[in-house]
Amino acid sequence: MGEEREVLGKIIQILKPMVPEDTEITPETDLATDLSIDSLKSMEILAQIEDTFDISIPINVLAEVRTVEDLATQIKKLI
Amino acid sequence: MNIFDKFDKLVQAGQKLEQEFGAFFQVVMDEILSSTEAVINGKKVILAGTNNYLGLSMDPECIEAACQATRQNGTGTTGSRMANGTFSGHVQLEEALSNFLGCSNTIVFTTGYGANLAVLSSLAGPGDIALLDADCHASIYDGCRMGGAEMFRFKHNNMEDLEKRLSRLQKRKTNILIIIEGLYSMLGDRACIREIVELKEKYGAYLLVDEAHSLGVLGENGRGLAEEAGVSDKVDFITGTFSKSLGATGGFCSSNHQQLEILRYASRPYIFTASPSPSNIASARKALEIIATRPELRTRLWQNTNALYDRLSSLKLNLGPEPTPIIPVRFTDPHEALRVWKGLLAKGVYVNMVLPPATPDGSAFLRCSMSASHTPEQVSTIGDAFEALTSE
Ligand SMILES: Cc1ncc(COP(=O)(O)O)c(C=O)c1O
Repeated sequence: MGEEREVLGKIIQILKPMVPEDTEITPETDLATDLSIDSLKSMEILAQIEDTFDISIPINVLAEVRTVEDLATQIKKLI
Repeated sequence: MNIFDKFDKLVQAGQKLEQEFGAFFQVVMDEILSSTEAVINGKKVILAGTNNYLGLSMDPECIEAACQATRQNGTGTTGSRMANGTFSGHVQLEEALSNFLGCSNTIVFTTGYGANLAVLSSLAGPGDIALLDADCHASIYDGCRMGGAEMFRFKHNNMEDLEKRLSRLQKRKTNILIIIEGLYSMLGDRACIREIVELKEKYGAYLLVDEAHSLGVLGENGRGLAEEAGVSDKVDFITGTFSKSLGATGGFCSSNHQQLEILRYASRPYIFTASPSPSNIASARKALEIIATRPELRTRLWQNTNALYDRLSSLKLNLGPEPTPIIPVRFTDPHEALRVWKGLLAKGVYVNMVLPPATPDGSAFLRCSMSASHTPEQVSTIGDAFEALTSE
């Protein structure tokens, strides 16, 4: 559980500079509709997550990702 | 709950576009006058947004070959390559493509989309890794998905990103297939193929190049980017289409791996669809012959390309990264792109418009494409139209 929170925390840190300053990011935040992350930004975010955790994220798993928490769940599986 | 409910978001997005921009999607070519002119809404326009790079869709020899084949072998094959749909023409075209590209084996498919789907869905299977340039065509994404390989994207033409991924993925000790395009269909830039070949060799990966837009366009003999860069013998698989410089419909994969033949038994998109029609096979074969024997077509294509690129650059328009027959004019504001697109059509010039979300960064662009059969006057008219609409 602690590990999950840590992953979530790091992801939120990576997302913060990519969205307007006072946007609130919670585990339930929807990446596409709440943060309007376009495809260039999403590649940049994924690359930063990959570097942070030294992993490769297959795009196949992204089909199931809607919220920040979904993303954390998938990342945890890859660590 | 209705079976179409899942499209609600798409319908709303479409309605929003239509409210803002009008119904621009329904461009119907009422009449084709030549490979560079058509009638749209009763108005004669110059076609500067096709993929007819050599103008061969209206070449008299290609048309004659298609007519003859239709009279001889009928309008369709009515069957799969695996059953009753392999005619001698299909086999001869496979041989001709192998000879042209310097490969041992070629398989012909019904479309270029089908070629990528067929090859990738069977080559990139579970346990394999497909590593694709982020700007790759939908058919490449779909083929990899269907095959069940793990898919990774590298940033478009970014060698540092590709190498970082290769070095991480190499630890898995499995097959890695890198997939790139000769000329990228939206921005018209070339893949950095020499660097990619070096990386492929360093990490022991395979390389597939989709030469859809580069066949007949790049290379001394029109064989594509691999020929131009002098790395043909380092490419494992070439895929391509008949629907661009060859002016027909169909697709292919060529390789020096003789095991390519197994796809004829393993690949569902090869087996479970009817083979390309005799007319398509015959005109594609004639077009291939023309590419090999009329290099002046390529010369004219590049003259037109350079002329339009220079003219549009002089107007300080934001163009693609390099002059190739695909010349995108980029706009940060999609409304501005639409205004210019409509204005061009009113002035008798048709180009393709690409709006978000089809663009990766929220911008929009007008994709111009050149043909060997554009006359210098037509190229000037296209340039004049852009000038009148963008220098107000
Ligand atoms: C890079 C690329 N590959 C494949 C295709 C598909 O070709 P076809 O039109 O023959 O299905 C296209 C064209 O749309 C393309 O641009």
